[in-house]
Amino acid sequence: MSTGPRSSAVVVWAVIVLAVAAVVGLRIGLGDGMARAYAERVEMRVTVQDSESPNGERVVEWVEWKSVSPAAFLLASRETPSQDRVQLSAAYTVGLWVAALLTLAIFSFLYRDNPAYRLAEAIVIGVSAAYWGVIGVWDSIVPKLGGALAHGWTTAYILPNLPEPTAQSQVGMGIALAFGVLLLLRLVPAVGGISVWTMAFIVGITAGAKIVSHVESDLLAQTVATMQPLVQPVDGTLWNVATVWASLPNVLVVIGVLCCLTYFFFSVEHKGVVGGAARVGIMYLMITFGAAFGFTVMGRVALLSQRVEFLLDDWLWLIDPLERRLVDGVSMIVGTGGIW
Amino acid sequence: MQGVLGILERLDRRWVFLAMALAVAGPILVMGITRKTLPETPTDASRAVFQAVQSLPRGSTVLLSFDFDPGSAGELEPMGVSMARQCALCGHKMVFISLWPLGGQMIDQTIKKVLRADFPHLQDGVDYVNLGFQAGNEQVMRVVLTDFKRAFPTTKSGRATADLPILSGIQRVGDFALLAEVSAGYPGSKEWVQYVVSASGGKLPMVSGCTGVQTPQLYPYFPGQIRGLLGAIKGAAEYESLINAWVLDPANAAEIASTGADVGVSAVIPPKYLEAQRRMGPQLGAHLLMVVLILLGNVVYLAQRRSQRRAAA
Amino acid sequence: MMRIVAMAIASIAGLVMLLSPFFPDLESVGAQSSEIFNVIAAIAFILGAGSLVKVNLSRIGRRDAGWGYALVTLLCFAITLIVGLGKIGVPPNPQFAATPWAGEKDAAGSAFAWIYEFVLTPITSTMFALLAFYVASAAFRAFRAKNREAMLLLGTAFIVLLGRTFAGVWLTGGLPEWASGLRLENLSMFIMQVFNTAGNRAIIIGIALGVTATSLRILLGIDRSWMGAGGGSA
Repeated sequence: MSTGPRSSAVVVWAVIVLAVAAVVGLRIGLGDGMARAYAERVEMRVTVQDSESPNGERVVEWVEWKSVSPAAFLLASRETPSQDRVQLSAAYTVGLWVAALLTLAIFSFLYRDNPAYRLAEAIVIGVSAAYWGVIGVWDSIVPKLGGALAHGWTTAYILPNLPEPTAQSQVGMGIALAFGVLLLLRLVPAVGGISVWTMAFIVGITAGAKIVSHVESDLLAQTVATMQPLVQPVDGTLWNVATVWASLPNVLVVIGVLCCLTYFFFSVEHKGVVGGAARVGIMYLMITFGAAFGFTVMGRVALLSQRVEFLLDDWLWLIDPLERRLVDGVSMIVGTGGIW
Repeated sequence: MQGVLGILERLDRRWVFLAMALAVAGPILVMGITRKTLPETPTDASRAVFQAVQSLPRGSTVLLSFDFDPGSAGELEPMGVSMARQCALCGHKMVFISLWPLGGQMIDQTIKKVLRADFPHLQDGVDYVNLGFQAGNEQVMRVVLTDFKRAFPTTKSGRATADLPILSGIQRVGDFALLAEVSAGYPGSKEWVQYVVSASGGKLPMVSGCTGVQTPQLYPYFPGQIRGLLGAIKGAAEYESLINAWVLDPANAAEIASTGADVGVSAVIPPKYLEAQRRMGPQLGAHLLMVVLILLGNVVYLAQRRSQRRAAA
Repeated sequence: MMRIVAMAIASIAGLVMLLSPFFPDLESVGAQSSEIFNVIAAIAFILGAGSLVKVNLSRIGRRDAGWGYALVTLLCFAITLIVGLGKIGVPPNPQFAATPWAGEKDAAGSAFAWIYEFVLTPITSTMFALLAFYVASAAFRAFRAKNREAMLLLGTAFIVLLGRTFAGVWLTGGLPEWASGLRLENLSMFIMQVFNTAGNRAIIIGIALGVTATSLRILLGIDRSWMGAGGGSA
């Protein structure tokens, strides 16, 4: 039973969690607090044409709330203490807390799989599926299908200045609608087989387009890019160190491409000269994968940095790199007085 | 020594996680409080992006495709911000599009952060426009090759593109002066090269900003099919530093002011334009940790191998 | 019969896309076909959403393990869908204030924008950020210099990791000008532009050949595996 190290690890992790909770608690109580969002009220007023109105027009008014920095709120309150133009936004503040808690819920997976992580995962699956669907409807289906097949209705209620569709586009969108309906029939097992026609269209279009693009861009252009002069004379001289250095990259690229392609070519046994070239190819590929690893690390760390910045800046107000809480040269981290 | 090796051998992965968290959070705290950044030495690939935008005649129309979403915004948002900023500083017109469903929102954020905040004289629909997202991946690219407005019939806010002033001289994608791409994966820079840049016969120059994962895969296209390349957050930081240095140079103040931009923007660099450079701090911490972890892992491996050999002997 | 029609559709659609760049008269037909594809792609989003509902409803119906999470998924799905399609909280569009549904679906202040900013963004970006931890753990446990190839991979990773941060300048910035090529930042760029370019270029050329061959097999009806069960190859 080696429970000793394991239980001590649990204790250490519990201490870490408590320390984080203590920092959050302190931030709530000390200085100018944390995690609050503010919004500015903007009154909108637009005059529109209205045939039913006596003077042929009417005024449409509404209020919009624009997100602003805490510093903007503090400055507005200092100027006019009774102002209500810039206010603490309940919706955005709750949102900030929801975002922070969801961030922590995902990070909690690092300790082990747990209900908080699973909940966040379930939320994102549902939200993103609906989100993509909604975007597909408003950005593509309505302007394209609606604009062509139900132009009057679309312009009357959603997109008023959409131009009249051409007969060609109406035919095209009619075909698209038919294929789309067939695709949706996949959800009905009894008749779902017919969706293979839509799949055929998708596969055919993709395959046809890929032949042209890959041959043109990746086969021909990349081969041409490899066919560079192997010797790059410097100062018009072939035999000097500078010429060797200048020529080296092209020589190495040509050797590398040929050797890697040899390695990918399995129709000939990798023995003798072919085997040697293939081994050089493997070396090149290992260097390539090493570079890919380095850049992958770089990418992932940048994403992590952004989330940590969110927690330390937007949520905990421990740092203020964007100077969103900077008033008179003092950031709200240490307290400007009067944010409440 | 054996004790240390034993601990390393049995080290729970969560301690590695904690070390990574500290390696990232520490520099963020330090740089967030001190507001200092590390110096950058731009590479040729980043300089090429800067030069590609800079060398266009003023008033050129640039197509900016933001093919990313919040999942990669940490790396790519600073690139998008810098591209929009440089275009605005040079007096170019900007047409934003996206082939990623959430890309339209990323464009909105960039417009709000850069154009509305620092270039209020620019008009929506005249100097810049957000055409939002269109579904179809490469097939959208195929459509814009022949008829740009057919692929994007409306702006994101619902205005028809048919009579949009900024698109008055644009029939097909080849009519743009430059394609500036910010790419997180598929569809992204690679597909733009395959379906548009190659099909245009090299007439449409393209620059790209991409994630770290994509960078090595895109290098074969540079500098032929892709004129300039920003690789990962480091590329973003280099590009940011190039623009900042240009803005801070008093010799360029008159040129910037002549575009109608507020001269104040060149007096001091707002912290939002140092985002990528700030993120190079945590990068340094994390990369050093990675090197240490690999070394430690190999020390453990060599020790294990030696003890196995001894046991076998 | 259904499969023969499907094969014909695939071949005709593919041929149109294949030939349209070479024949100006076919250019508009190619663009039209792509446009039809784009609308189908948007409709596919609805199909995806429908499949999600179907799968989760059956999980709840069967009371599978974790069916409560399926319920949460469906609830979040329904809320986002209603909020997005109903444009709840969306202010009027200042350009078209008279048009009732002209407001932007994700305008500032709308419920859809709130979901994007405070639910979708934090979860998706944090999920990707998690990978930084696992890369670190994998580097510690699996990145071993077992042979010459592994050492090459490891050495390159070291140079790139150090050369692409300020560590490279710290460590090798003091090298004299004649040896500047050995500075880590220059070395990492040399690796990217020479060795990495050669390796990836060979991969790109290989993939191009593979994609072209596969696409031709599909268009000629030799490869029918995309039809699912019963399709196969000729």
